[in-house]
Amino acid sequence: MDLKAPEQQLSRFRARVAAAGVFVLIGFGLVVARFVYLQVVRYEYYATRAEENRISLVPIAPNRGLIMDRNGLVLARNYSAYTLEITPSKVRNLEDTIDELSTMIEILPKDRKRFKKLLEESKNFESLPIRTRLSDVEVARFIAQRYRFPGVDIKARLFRQYPFTEFAAHALGYIGRINQKEMARIEDDEELAANYRGTEHIGKTGLEQSYEKELHGVTGFEQIEVDASGRAVRSLARTPPVPGNNLQLTIDAELQRIAEEAFGNRRGSLVAIEPGSGGVLALVSTPRFDPNLFVDGITPDNWDVLNTSLDKPMVNRALNGAYPPGSTFKPFMALGALVTGKRAAHVAISDPGYFVFGNNTFRDDKVGGHGMVDMIKSIVVSCDTYYYTLANEMGIDLIAEFMGKLGFGSRTGIDIEGESIGVLPSQAWKKKRFKKPEQQKWYAGETISIGIGQGYNAYTPIQLAHATATLAAGGVMFRPHIVKYVIDAQTGAKRVIEPVPIANLGFKPEHLDVIRKGMVGVNTGGTGARAFAGVKYEVAGKTGTAQVYSLKGAKYKESEVHERMRDHALYIAYAPADKPRIALAVLVENGGFGAAAAAPIARQVLDYYLMGIKPKGAVTDDVEAEE
Amino acid sequence: MIDVRGFVLKLVRPLDPALLSILAAIMGATYLVMLSASPERMSAHIVNVTVSLLVMWLVASQQPQRLQNLALPLYILGVLLLIAVALFGDVSKGARRWLNLGFVRIQPSELLKIAMPLMLAWYFQKREGALKVRDFLFAVVLLAIPVGLIIKQPDLGTAILVLGAGFFVIFFAGLSWWLIAPVAAVGVVAVAGVIFYQSQICAPEVAWPGLHDYQKHRVCMLLDPSSDPRGKGFHTIQSTIAVGSGGLLGKGWRNGTQTHLDFLPERHTDFILAVISEEFGLAGVMCLLILYCLLIGRGLLIATNASTMFSRLLAGSITMIFFTYAFVNMGMVSGILPVVGVPLPMVSYGGTSLLTLCLGVGMLMSVKQQRRRVAR
Repeated sequence: MDLKAPEQQLSRFRARVAAAGVFVLIGFGLVVARFVYLQVVRYEYYATRAEENRISLVPIAPNRGLIMDRNGLVLARNYSAYTLEITPSKVRNLEDTIDELSTMIEILPKDRKRFKKLLEESKNFESLPIRTRLSDVEVARFIAQRYRFPGVDIKARLFRQYPFTEFAAHALGYIGRINQKEMARIEDDEELAANYRGTEHIGKTGLEQSYEKELHGVTGFEQIEVDASGRAVRSLARTPPVPGNNLQLTIDAELQRIAEEAFGNRRGSLVAIEPGSGGVLALVSTPRFDPNLFVDGITPDNWDVLNTSLDKPMVNRALNGAYPPGSTFKPFMALGALVTGKRAAHVAISDPGYFVFGNNTFRDDKVGGHGMVDMIKSIVVSCDTYYYTLANEMGIDLIAEFMGKLGFGSRTGIDIEGESIGVLPSQAWKKKRFKKPEQQKWYAGETISIGIGQGYNAYTPIQLAHATATLAAGGVMFRPHIVKYVIDAQTGAKRVIEPVPIANLGFKPEHLDVIRKGMVGVNTGGTGARAFAGVKYEVAGKTGTAQVYSLKGAKYKESEVHERMRDHALYIAYAPADKPRIALAVLVENGGFGAAAAAPIARQVLDYYLMGIKPKGAVTDDVEAEE
Repeated sequence: MIDVRGFVLKLVRPLDPALLSILAAIMGATYLVMLSASPERMSAHIVNVTVSLLVMWLVASQQPQRLQNLALPLYILGVLLLIAVALFGDVSKGARRWLNLGFVRIQPSELLKIAMPLMLAWYFQKREGALKVRDFLFAVVLLAIPVGLIIKQPDLGTAILVLGAGFFVIFFAGLSWWLIAPVAAVGVVAVAGVIFYQSQICAPEVAWPGLHDYQKHRVCMLLDPSSDPRGKGFHTIQSTIAVGSGGLLGKGWRNGTQTHLDFLPERHTDFILAVISEEFGLAGVMCLLILYCLLIGRGLLIATNASTMFSRLLAGSITMIFFTYAFVNMGMVSGILPVVGVPLPMVSYGGTSLLTLCLGVGMLMSVKQQRRRVAR
């Protein structure tokens, strides 16, 4: 063997060691490059990621503002209660979990049903209540067994409560859990989305909906350090929530109560407005419903009852019921005649008890007619013939133009969303309303019944009350509003919802005088005289009875038909007649004569508001009264 | 009178001062890191360190000749145990790695980290002066048997370490560059291909020949950790965040948020480097790298000066084991290598790996002693 071999071998080995050394340096060089990249080049990015990991922004939902009547009586408030909540995504078998929970805590079938409904409407990672309002004993029982139920927890939450249940339900509205559609709308607006993190409820109808912005408040945030499993370690910073603003209403709770009770179990609506400000004193729609049912998510059973009832309690008749005004339209027609100069007050017509136009005969209520009738008498006795002829003389478009100024057929702008516009008939309206050319034409004969508030006429009670209030205020029109003050819950500072005069229609005093005399006459010697017998103040009013034409899609039921085919009873009034403090419109669905069904309700409301007299009970029909 | 001084000198004689100081520096640093990452394991860690150092001293006091004699029996024992694992091993977390001997559960693959280089060094020593290509082929077979068995368990991390240890023996023994170059080229092309065709080959319906599903996932998660941030990509994502957010100087000892809020998985074992990176920043990582470089440099120097082929190959390959460990672990923590379960040498908590590594250091010291003895 070559002696040099070991030497050669050794030098070869050394070369290999050198190669290994280079290899090590290259390898570590790569590592160093990577660490420099991560720790120097990308430092900002990873530092941010680490902070995001560690800090969790937990929203603190603000307390919702209270709603009070004009005297400070609380109509919607919050209370704190414990709820048992399940986060479906964290629970393996939902049914089993609920079954097991129900061995400790009472979970009724209706709770399960409601939960199922919430589940369908929600995303999986939300925590949803299975039971609300737990008792202390139930809370304690669950806490002891909590470890057995991952994904189930007890939370303290604020709940909305309407302490007087059905009282003023349509005006107040209700809140309910935010649904997917609302969520999508909220998430469209970045600021809104941030403010609704942590909020589960939102106003759905009524004031709760319209004043959502004021009532909600500003969500607070707590910066919490969390560990990898999301458990809070410590609080880093806290921005307290700003509670929602309170609302003080123009509504007088006692007046509202008297008005609601006056309806008894009849369907209808009453709207009372302060003429000089547009402040709504009472807004009634019957039958009523209990808004508390909606707060935690309404059970399907309750919803079925409310939704399928023929009485449609969920409809706010004051804003969304459109009815022909009947004879309550006449004072406005008369005013229109004076303002447009189509007929002077002293001009009298002879009423034979009917009016012939073309091939049609339009009948007056009174067989044989009222004899010679001037404007004042036409209102007092509610002479139809007078208004048949007047409507014919004015023509539909002039009527529409004048009534449109009074707010008929357009939204009054009341601070509750979703108001209907009703129907103010005119040539243009008909053209738009119908598709076939032969239906689009307005026939002069159609104008005749418009004059007595029938025909295509359909207005909401708020429009009728609004027009009456405008009349009472001498043509100065205010936007009707229910909220008087928005009150800062922290400082108590009041922000007045200013009465905004929308328009001054500039009615002449002598014209208004005629109308007032006629309307006062209604209650002293006319159709409203019986309802207002012995009254201590002067009331300008007008009764109305509107024919019901059709069942409007309701199912045919023999027992129901008769009652529901009856006329709607109406009444409008303002009082005191010389210096009006209140204007109102009353509607009783299928109530029959306005004088018999609607006027007595108005009497009770006016008696209380002007004299402080409380009624003895609900109004019963004055069977003797006649139109 | 008892010669205390002489006795102590005799005790420390086998220990290499340079290696010992590097080791002391690494372990001192580890002590600090462990106090932050997992103070509750401190006492266990100290026991592990003590036992490992004792074993190191014991091995360092041996003649390399003695280790040489152990090579074949250890290798055979190791392979037999691996076969036993394959037949009767306990399954835990989807892998068959452990063998229950009734009184103790052992992981025979760990033994191979030492037995493999011993065996190959012994083999090449035997064939010294007459090395033929055939010998290299035989060495590859010797290497492939245990590596194959370990991959089958499956335990990719240990397989890489055993493969690395064996490969470096063959490499130092003088394996022709003409054989190394093509293999390296194929490897580079394969890695580049995987990265380039990531979206296709990582599709869920594609199965990788010869690899387990979880191994495929590890590689795919590495290429795109964001594809499964809550599942398999979690380790890599959180670890890179910990590293990156450490910056130049770190967040300070015990101030690592990723570490202390449990975002970092395995923070006292495989991912302890992420703790160092987070709390001591790039500076801490560089210090550790320098210590490893010194350790490796010292090891390679000992290898160069070793007197026999056996001890040269043994020292060289054992030194390179440290590199393999460190490189794979650092790559894993910083997100450039798949998560294969390789600890950070001398730092990660865990008795077995610490013992193995100290055994290796002991062998280095033993080789160094031999040179001194020969020189004298």
